[in-house]
Amino acid sequence: MLGLDKKDTSLLVIVAILTLLAPFILNPFPSGSAMAQFNAGYPDLMQRFVIFGIFAIGFNILFGLTGYLSFGHAAFLGVGSYSAVWMFKLFSYNVIPAIALSVVVAALFSLLIGYISLRRSGIYFSILTLAFAQMSFALAYSVLSNPKFNLTNGETGLQVYADDPQLFHRDSLPDMPHLFGLSMRSTYHLDIGAWSFDFNAGYYLCAVIMMVMFYLAIRIFRSPFGMMLRAVKSNQQRMNYTGLNPRPYTLAAFVISGMYAGLAGGLMAAMDPLAGAERMQWTASGEVVLMTILGGAGTLIGPVLGAGFIKYFENIFSKINDNILHQWFSFLPDGFEDFMVFIVHPFIGKGWHLTLGIMFMLVVIFLPGGLVEGGQRLGNWLRNRGKGAAEAKTKQEPAE
Amino acid sequence: MGILEIKNVGKRFGGLQALSNVNLSVAENTVHAIIGPNGAGKSTLLNCLVGKLIPDSGSVMFDGQSVLGRAPYEINQMGISRVFQTPEIFGDLTVMENMMIPCFAKRDGAFELNALPSVRNQKDVVEHAMHMLEEMRMADKRHMHAAAMSRGDKRRLEIGMCLSQEPRLLLLDEPTAGMARADTNNTIDLLKQIKEERDITIAIIEHDMHVVFSLADRITVLAQGTPLVEDSPEKIKGHPKVREAYLGESA
Repeated sequence: MLGLDKKDTSLLVIVAILTLLAPFILNPFPSGSAMAQFNAGYPDLMQRFVIFGIFAIGFNILFGLTGYLSFGHAAFLGVGSYSAVWMFKLFSYNVIPAIALSVVVAALFSLLIGYISLRRSGIYFSILTLAFAQMSFALAYSVLSNPKFNLTNGETGLQVYADDPQLFHRDSLPDMPHLFGLSMRSTYHLDIGAWSFDFNAGYYLCAVIMMVMFYLAIRIFRSPFGMMLRAVKSNQQRMNYTGLNPRPYTLAAFVISGMYAGLAGGLMAAMDPLAGAERMQWTASGEVVLMTILGGAGTLIGPVLGAGFIKYFENIFSKINDNILHQWFSFLPDGFEDFMVFIVHPFIGKGWHLTLGIMFMLVVIFLPGGLVEGGQRLGNWLRNRGKGAAEAKTKQEPAE
Repeated sequence: MGILEIKNVGKRFGGLQALSNVNLSVAENTVHAIIGPNGAGKSTLLNCLVGKLIPDSGSVMFDGQSVLGRAPYEINQMGISRVFQTPEIFGDLTVMENMMIPCFAKRDGAFELNALPSVRNQKDVVEHAMHMLEEMRMADKRHMHAAAMSRGDKRRLEIGMCLSQEPRLLLLDEPTAGMARADTNNTIDLLKQIKEERDITIAIIEHDMHVVFSLADRITVLAQGTPLVEDSPEKIKGHPKVREAYLGESA
């Protein structure tokens, strides 16, 4: 189907089903119950899952295939957000032109940075991209927000004001990002028994775009171009002596992944018409590296899993506080309860980074292939166990 | 006029004169061996031919065109392929993919953004790669990871990858280094077969005299960065200067 083989098609179909049914899948607990805090099916978080999924899929095209580790991809995300908000400010709240502009601007920006950074490889490439991203951050944070020429609105962040021109805006249209009149924030609540589910227009726009982007990533992975990118990672020397110039390949991969990042940035602004410089900071660049490695660099589904994993922890673990812990451990005697809360306390709330760090270390040490490798090992183990049991049975039979 | 003309080439690394006044002419459709003791400048000379190093002086002409100042991939496109001392293949890729890459390069040139191909678009390349694998007798291994193969098989694959581009000059840098005797003999047979079946010029650097004397039409002896003698294998065998410099016998 669609030029994919059977395995890839089924992967795409699974991803499509999961993303479309996410409002159900992520809300497994009744809304009134104590477990409801582990529900992730609210629009804001679901949007973040798919947007960072797109970001990580794009990053994986560069890092997973060519092995070039960019530490500056947040710059493209930030540039995408800024361009989308400018589109809102100047023309209209329609998300399509805004997203289109953010992809184009991110492509041009990544072409420039990639052209310079890709003159070096390995650690030097990483440092160059990091330097460029931090420069972009500094530009956005202070330099480009002086009163004479205010492109980024500095610390406050770029947002839409009532006196902005918005040339194509009409009163009949919603006063927030919309898709031809359908507000990105319009949400349909569905109550089934004790459960409640949210179906958000913005989420479904992001989900559809993510599926298209996932499909494109599969095509790139399986194409001769993707094979050349893996060849770059495997042996540049042989590539050179095969009459192939690695530079255009790496640059193309860099620009493609920059466009994915710009798209993610544009979608972020489309969900919430704000753009701040902190989106370009190195921590944001590092986050996508973590997502990709955690999920499994070089695999198709890995980055999406990694993005979902990190965003879930960020939003759910950080919301657990001491009161909730006391509730959980209330069955223990008083002294033990306080002791347990004391032990667990550093890992929750603001300390969720600690949990993430430990998870990341465990995954990198024990599952170098990321969560995908974990899944494969689990699958193999289950299969072998099934087989082993069957063999044991056949062995026993003659004895009887 | 040979297909490869090296004139007065010199190369200096700091205080070491690695090559000085190298003059060498490789005639078309012959096997030309370059031998010499360790540190004689053989590998430096080879690196000057493929664009990895640029000599300080002199000229290197391939088929009437200078190769100096060109990038390795451009020199490859002129028709020079190189086999390395340790097989340089795409270890993370399958054997089939390894073979497809040079076939794509042969068809499309240095860069082709073939990101969303149709199956038809790849058909000729797949056929070409399959044909080459059959010729190298490794079609049954096509789904293997290249890194998992034996040294001899890697060498075979690398030679096959070079041949799939139909080069006019094949450079071999100690193709049997570190190989078991059986693998060495297989490689010699393969190279003999290539020499007979194809219009190809081969320049070979080798330590193993057995390999050199079973393949070469012409031998140049390099010592301390300059050619000592150049002659046919029979004459080289008996040459007193060569015995002294290379085979380590006093005359």
